[in-house]
Amino acid sequence: MIATTRRVLSCAVLAAFALPGIMGTAHGATLDDVRAADELKCGINTGLAGFANTDDAGNWVGFDVDYCKALAAAVLGDASKIQYVSLTGKNRFPALQAGEIEVLARNTTWTFSRDVDLGLTFVGVNYYDGQGFLGPKSLGVSSATELDGASVCIQTGTTTELNLADFFRTHNMAYEPVPIETNSEARAAYEADRCDVYTSDASGLAATKATFDNPDDHMVLPEIISKEPLGPVVRQGDDQWADITRWVLNALISAEELGVTQANVEALAQKDGGSDNPEVQRLLGSEGSMGAMLGLDADWAARAIMAVGNYSEIFERHLGPDTRLGLERGLNALYSAGGILYSPPFR
Amino acid sequence: MAAPSSTRIEQLGYLWTDERLRGIAFQVLAVAGLALFFAFIIWNTAANLKHAGLASGYGFLLDPASFDINQRLIDYTSTSSYGRAFLVGGLNTVLVAALGIAAATFIGFVVGLMRLSTNFLVSRIATVYVELTRNVPLLLQIIFWWVVILALPRVRDSISVADVVFLNNRGIRLPQPIFEDAFQLILALFVAGCIGTFVLARWARKRHELTGRTFPVGWSAIGLIFGLPALSTLFVGLPVDLDIPLLGRFNFEGGFNVTPELIALWLALSLYTGAFISEVVRSGILAVDKGQIEAARAVGLPPGLRTRKIILPQALRVIIPPLTNQYLNLTKNSSLAVVIGYQDIVSIGETVLNQSGQALEVISIYMAFYLTLSLLTSVLMNWYNKRTALVRER
Repeated sequence: MIATTRRVLSCAVLAAFALPGIMGTAHGATLDDVRAADELKCGINTGLAGFANTDDAGNWVGFDVDYCKALAAAVLGDASKIQYVSLTGKNRFPALQAGEIEVLARNTTWTFSRDVDLGLTFVGVNYYDGQGFLGPKSLGVSSATELDGASVCIQTGTTTELNLADFFRTHNMAYEPVPIETNSEARAAYEADRCDVYTSDASGLAATKATFDNPDDHMVLPEIISKEPLGPVVRQGDDQWADITRWVLNALISAEELGVTQANVEALAQKDGGSDNPEVQRLLGSEGSMGAMLGLDADWAARAIMAVGNYSEIFERHLGPDTRLGLERGLNALYSAGGILYSPPFR
Repeated sequence: MAAPSSTRIEQLGYLWTDERLRGIAFQVLAVAGLALFFAFIIWNTAANLKHAGLASGYGFLLDPASFDINQRLIDYTSTSSYGRAFLVGGLNTVLVAALGIAAATFIGFVVGLMRLSTNFLVSRIATVYVELTRNVPLLLQIIFWWVVILALPRVRDSISVADVVFLNNRGIRLPQPIFEDAFQLILALFVAGCIGTFVLARWARKRHELTGRTFPVGWSAIGLIFGLPALSTLFVGLPVDLDIPLLGRFNFEGGFNVTPELIALWLALSLYTGAFISEVVRSGILAVDKGQIEAARAVGLPPGLRTRKIILPQALRVIIPPLTNQYLNLTKNSSLAVVIGYQDIVSIGETVLNQSGQALEVISIYMAFYLTLSLLTSVLMNWYNKRTALVRER
């Protein structure tokens, strides 16, 4: 009886999960699907300051949201033709695999098992993050290597627990993990001194610290204990769509490198009297046929830049020193400015 | 040549007009149709899942989990497997469910009796408790108790009991007993006491049935189970060392810690379910025929015996089936633990899911786990229910 009931139940679950799959999975023609629907279905965070959150008017804004806009502008010619799907750390991959979204831009770390085992393709890195620790200054700790015996609040949802376990094991230190799913409860626990330090991605820590009553009483410890390259993800098996998503990201990075901005892109894209740099001409479609190679029209990249600006503009708008998060470019500066951001050439 | 075949057709015709046989035929058809339908769904689902790369099987359970768990009833380190992590989480669920069931039952019986009390104050207090707890969502109550515990003094200002037990907002730190070899003697005496009690109880019941003479089983049980081991310590001393917690740089070190999450979840679950159980108990007691109590009084049974021997056994028949429901609710409600970070099977499953990406497999494990636990509880309670029902018929 137990076995039968269980079997029936598991069938029901499988069926519930698979039905959207039967209807939605496209085989290698995601671009056609997007064009047919005249709308890009973009998976984003449920709410993370700077990356994807709603403004006063209820519109989605943020670093990841701007990538969705750039992609929609490149593919559909209109940055507003997007259906945003907010996803938790739990349902983001099933949503992509089952075809409910066409691209996932949700602070997703590129790892081996996700790329290889889950049937996903990471198309690049739009933010180099790493896991850090936030602690009160009064704790008197200046380095994470002094945390032997501490209680650590963890905001779960990514590979945070794994990095933490690895870090304490390699440093031969003991700790008490306190894993909490939602940011608000994890914050409450940290503020009530349930734990000594709070761990999450450094960008997320900056966002959390910014919302404290006295942000200056807390500090982010210098150690970054993991590599968290965050980037957009698509389903494996549609190379054309993967190419489009990859090169839209590269176009935004190259635009910064080449000095193309939201303000000057229109002027630079002119066939006569525009830029005389051949790479800019190829990028913006006034020369060559790169758009056609992707299955798009010539000014796809120009439209993306017109919609949201280049990488630097997006970063400064949502994450930079003038925002609440106040993040420095750090690793996310261009390779020519001390960072590791590097786009392959447009030729 | 034609005659036999025509009779066969006639026979077939009779088969069709026979109502009973026709009924069977339709049932067989319906079952076959249903089976085909489900076979199609399973086949289709499996094919699509494989195509979407969604289901890759349960092999990942053997991979190392690579994360830590703060409350472990069995050995576990970050190098253990995902499967073992699930086991640790499952045991944590069972722990809080068992503690919750015990406390909720106790609260339920006490409050149920209080509500029936003729004392105005006592019955009113019980009413206020029941209405307050059962009308506020459980999730809020869990967070409420958690916040209350987080408001306790910080580690450095812990409330200490005799400098061995420390209470702070990171839980209750208790001394951990370390057993020496001689402790085995005490353990053996304890087991012997339990067996002795069992034998004694059987003998006493038989004698009671045959001769009507009673025997103080309860007191002898306490003497056998606890008195015997206690007596032996006079000779061998107490062969237990205590690992007493000491304040370290961040936390107390040594001893063992009861986490605030466990305490908050246990309190919330017990108080919430206790309110429902008290209503079940009240209805059960009110269902006992007034004549039974009057008869008990007439034969001169004192009030204590009246409750124990006449009212409760009959009330239990009414109480147990809805009580089973409450136990099942409590067990399933314990999955709300994930909000405050108690590491039950759901909390650990989420971590596994995030790390391995095996969404479907993890969810199927949840379902199988809760189903098994619920069915086991039901089986146990049904067995107990049958026993109380038999007592009545005798």
